[in-house]
Amino acid sequence: MFLRLATALCLSASAAVADVSVTIHYLRQEVEQPPVLSNLDPIPGDLGLKGAELGLADNATTGRFLGQTWALEVTEVPVGGDLAAAARAALATTDLIVLDAPADAALALADLPEAAGALIFNSAAPDDRLRGADCRANLLHTLPSNAMRTDALAQFLLNRRWDDLAMITGTHPDDTAFAEALRNSLTKFGMRLKSEKTWAFDADMRRTASQEVPLFTQDLKDHDVLLIADEIHDFGRYIAYNTWTPRPVAGSEGLVPVAWAQVVEQWGAAQLQSRFTDLAARPMRSRDYAAWAAVRAIGEAVTRTGAADTATLRAYLLGPDFELAGFKGRPLSFRDWNGQLRQPIPLVTRRAVVAQAPLEGFLHQVNELDTLGRDAPESDCPAFGK
Amino acid sequence: MMFLLGKNTHKTLTACLAACLLGAPVAAEEIWVTNEKDDTISVIDVATLEVVRTIPTGDRPRGITFSHDHSVVYICASDSDTVQVMDPDTGEVLFDLPSGEDPEQFVLHPDNRHLYIANEDDAITTVVDVVSRTVVAQIDVGIEPEGMAVSPDGKLAITTSETTNMAHWIDTETRELVANTLVDSRPRHAEFAAGGTQLWVSAEIGGTVSVFDVETKAELAKIDFAVKGVHPDRVQPVGFEFDGEEKTAFVALGPSNHVAVVNAETFEVEQYILVGRRVWHMAFNSDKSLLFTTNGISGDVTVIDVAKREAIKTIKVGRFPWGAALRP
Repeated sequence: MFLRLATALCLSASAAVADVSVTIHYLRQEVEQPPVLSNLDPIPGDLGLKGAELGLADNATTGRFLGQTWALEVTEVPVGGDLAAAARAALATTDLIVLDAPADAALALADLPEAAGALIFNSAAPDDRLRGADCRANLLHTLPSNAMRTDALAQFLLNRRWDDLAMITGTHPDDTAFAEALRNSLTKFGMRLKSEKTWAFDADMRRTASQEVPLFTQDLKDHDVLLIADEIHDFGRYIAYNTWTPRPVAGSEGLVPVAWAQVVEQWGAAQLQSRFTDLAARPMRSRDYAAWAAVRAIGEAVTRTGAADTATLRAYLLGPDFELAGFKGRPLSFRDWNGQLRQPIPLVTRRAVVAQAPLEGFLHQVNELDTLGRDAPESDCPAFGK
Repeated sequence: MMFLLGKNTHKTLTACLAACLLGAPVAAEEIWVTNEKDDTISVIDVATLEVVRTIPTGDRPRGITFSHDHSVVYICASDSDTVQVMDPDTGEVLFDLPSGEDPEQFVLHPDNRHLYIANEDDAITTVVDVVSRTVVAQIDVGIEPEGMAVSPDGKLAITTSETTNMAHWIDTETRELVANTLVDSRPRHAEFAAGGTQLWVSAEIGGTVSVFDVETKAELAKIDFAVKGVHPDRVQPVGFEFDGEEKTAFVALGPSNHVAVVNAETFEVEQYILVGRRVWHMAFNSDKSLLFTTNGISGDVTVIDVAKREAIKTIKVGRFPWGAALRP
């Protein structure tokens, strides 16, 4: 008995905190998936959620040495369901929400009176406006913005001096938003988009890709790389090798900038990958990573501050001392001008990591990771007092 | 010897003579390097600074250490989920030890009998008796245990966990945790220092080395690094070793491609030495005049002249060299 007591004393004496109980609510608004040409790659029903579960298991393992207890509650709101009601119910028990919902739903939630003192982690909406004019003080982002991803790709193209580009864009709002981010990134890094076309076919490309795509791409002006803006993964998979001129493809297909992918293995990533596949029986994707990072960020903040109230956590997360080991070779931290998690962006094919942005040579006066996405000087986010 | 006469005779005779005259064992001093992505060990001859042997191992070899009498070498074959025990003369794997899943790094207790093994995928430290070849204890630690150390008196073992960001202090008699100390992000390596009164822990993502007083477990110092022309994020301390009198520490700084020379009494960094790419771990030769660093990305080993504090040679080894150990 004495020994056990002594052990317990030692444990608490050397630990930063004791007896903190933290509940995180994972809230998902299910959305109608647009029809796509191929059903080869169904979207996992537990996309994102498994990342949150792994993050919680990670926090709990650490927490048991520190007197912390961790719980994850999950609510999935069906298409057309009442997200606000679900959010109110969640906020009645915790101020810490990991959110998987489109941009408008995220804003509606953040603006609820009940959410005023909450910390909401956007793990699914890449929209740049959420980090810009529509930002909210209680809304942090662990998924990279579209701009971060397209800046990463632009850095790579510039690095290779493949600076004459053409682009094919889909018609879904996700496609056009990504295309807009691509255009902005090309401008930012001084490259030329020489021609653009919109993919508006309704043919079944599984039979006719080899016949349609050469003709469709024949009138594109000469380019080094063909960019594809097809974020719903409708037609993009049929472009490569069917183009009129032999050019690599990049963007939503081919060489893709991501938050995470199965092929990321350096910097200890292999360990995270195997923990995830043990848990989820499938590879980890970007949204899983974003949800994992959100839960781990909370865990790190609770451990380092010894607090669980959102005011303390928010101040620490946005402050200079916070850093998250995110298996991408650099410490991750939050931008204090818009709440976005800074992170390297791997540029991947299905089989390998081709490069990881920020690429060498893209310098920044404070943090090279801020060469990706909206930097402080051009930020139009009013909610962070910067 | 007569049949040996040929163009190499002179060299052979000289080597024999030298060995006989010095009364030294015939085997020359060697540095053994595990190549994580080649499933091999490269053996470097310290006298010639050349790779003289390449020995196949199990899958993904990482941690490597010799028994105290150097009669066998232990190798963490991570993806084979085993610790291999090899005859260093023949390169033959004598037997496999049960190690728990995914053994990454380990330390041999001063009793020469118990291996303390970090099971990276399982959040467990496994204690294996190398004589009875059995697991004698498994201790729950934080996520991704990696760094392993044991105090000179053998009473304490340390596991650092990379994702939990702690040093876990294990009483080697009860095999229970006696303390857990938070360190900066992603602790990779631990060593006892100052005659066992201090514990040093490197934090890869935190970019620091923390020094603890073993008695009180209080932090004595935190060492920061700044390499000119390298962004602080890329200065990532991993492995480190102390010189003979424990007055100087050599700290591998990962993708900054430098080794820091730290005054172990003032905790001040005195110098940075440029080495190969993503420098990971290191080992001294027996008189500690030379230091061999494994450089993960460039697939080579840098040899540092310890007195001059400069790199004198680069030796190509296998792909992703990870651990290094001296065979005197």
